[in-house]
Amino acid sequence: MTTTPQGAPSASAPEATAPQSGSAVPVGAALALGDDALVLSHRLGEWAGHAPVLEEEVALANIALDLLGQARVLLSLVGDEDELAYLREERAFRNVQLVEQPNGDFAHTIARQLYFSTYQELLYGRLAAGDGPFAPLARKAVKEVAYHRDHAEQWTLRLGDGTEESHRRMQTALTALWRCTGELFEPVDGLGLDTAALHEGWLALVSRTVEQAGLTLPTGPRSDGWSAGAGRQGIHTEPFGRMLAEMQHLHRSHPGASW
Amino acid sequence: MTTTAPDTRGCEAVFDAALAADERIEPRDWMPDAYRATLVRQMAQHAHSEIIGMQPEANWITRAPSLRRKAILMAKVQDEAGHGLYLYSAAETLGTGRDELLDKLHSGRQKYSSIFNYPTLTWADVGAIGWLVDGAAITNQVPLCRCSYGPYARAMVRICKEESFHQRQGYELLLTLSRGTEAQHAMAQDAVNRWWWPSLMMFGPPDDESAHSAQSMAWKIKRHSNDELRRRFVDICVPQAESLGLTLPDPDLRWNEESGHHDFGPIDWDEFHEVLRGNGPCNDQRIGQRRRAHEEGAWVREAAAAHARKHGGTAREAQV
Repeated sequence: MTTTPQGAPSASAPEATAPQSGSAVPVGAALALGDDALVLSHRLGEWAGHAPVLEEEVALANIALDLLGQARVLLSLVGDEDELAYLREERAFRNVQLVEQPNGDFAHTIARQLYFSTYQELLYGRLAAGDGPFAPLARKAVKEVAYHRDHAEQWTLRLGDGTEESHRRMQTALTALWRCTGELFEPVDGLGLDTAALHEGWLALVSRTVEQAGLTLPTGPRSDGWSAGAGRQGIHTEPFGRMLAEMQHLHRSHPGASW
Repeated sequence: MTTTAPDTRGCEAVFDAALAADERIEPRDWMPDAYRATLVRQMAQHAHSEIIGMQPEANWITRAPSLRRKAILMAKVQDEAGHGLYLYSAAETLGTGRDELLDKLHSGRQKYSSIFNYPTLTWADVGAIGWLVDGAAITNQVPLCRCSYGPYARAMVRICKEESFHQRQGYELLLTLSRGTEAQHAMAQDAVNRWWWPSLMMFGPPDDESAHSAQSMAWKIKRHSNDELRRRFVDICVPQAESLGLTLPDPDLRWNEESGHHDFGPIDWDEFHEVLRGNGPCNDQRIGQRRRAHEEGAWVREAAAAHARKHGGTAREAQV
């Protein structure tokens, strides 16, 4: 593995951190899955001390920890986890834009969770069934993610069905994040997934929950030039740069230090 | 114990006998009103401290300098939320619900540990909180595992196990910094300098000024005096600081052969009382964030309750 020199972070980490020859791990795919988990974990971590009820302090932290655990395994498959997390520039991250969206209100966080955990459970389910390099991680993670999806579905039902205000907020959140969902089904090199089938399964599950909650599945565009596969190509949103600045600042301030 | 005794005197005799025999008092047992009130106050203050105490550490989750440290810190802050849950549940066994206790916290009628009114200025503060603040909390809390009130004692057994993990991670974090670069070592020393004295204040005022101590000791809610626990804590910390390669900011700190304990310098009780009165560096910030989170979450709790009502459950069930 070629590592990024300390203190001189590279903007092209995917190439710079290619695994040693002979490894079967597709780097771009490991970064895509790992960055999704890393970034969403970070966003959920921002809720600590701000959740609407104590039980959700525990639940959101639990999900964040599961995702961080997954991210560490995935990033370590193709490099040093801390170099990859802390020393890459914004354009080298391969996560979908959905996971970097700011938390917004609780409904936005739940909508983001519903869209993403449904996708992630289906994705890991397929990877777990195969014998590729991600199968061992996926077999463990799919159980965690099933809980994440259940958590998001239960809250979608409560908020959709609860009060007028919660219904309105949940519908607004589902609609606002809808444009970020198309990217989930862009093919990722090295995963070898039937993305059309993945999308079909996702749509069926999400529609069912949304309908049960008395909400409406959004119909707006989800594949315009900026959102179709943009995150996977290193094109991110403005808030993402600030998120990374906060996340990386301390690590970068002490080049070469151990923590 | 049972509640069938015909008059209060008989009940009191049974209660006193249970205390004398070191038996546990359980929620349905008769107990003096003042015992109940003291326990509710103490458990509530403890629960509030857990949830306010999430803030100074959560302050560093998004900046944790390695993924391993980030995972440890998130787990720790999550544990504190869990401790809050156990303790509010323990208080509920005496008939005071979480909503009422939170109201009292938000309106300033109930307190939380003053230590959390100090800011976490650098990453090393996360280590200093683990080592010193959690260390002091453990010293205070281990005897509570033998507290006369059953639900509190049992909650404390679980909490103390997790707290000792918290303390170890704090020590280990500081050790890594102390042995790291010059800047990291300085960061660790600075944090210990700032957290040492407030940690000693966590044991409460000196014994002769402690308002509730004597009665609580008689009820076996409290097992050791403030000064006794403080001295125990200092004795534990001195050799640990040495192993860490850090100094404690007290020129009067030295071993006293005669007493078999360390002597230490005078504590600035004026500062303690000022912070207690609300004039610490972060009092307004901490309670402000707590109130804001609660107010901004009101619509979520209302939605969960409304949904539960429509489907025949309770609001609390709806949130779990």
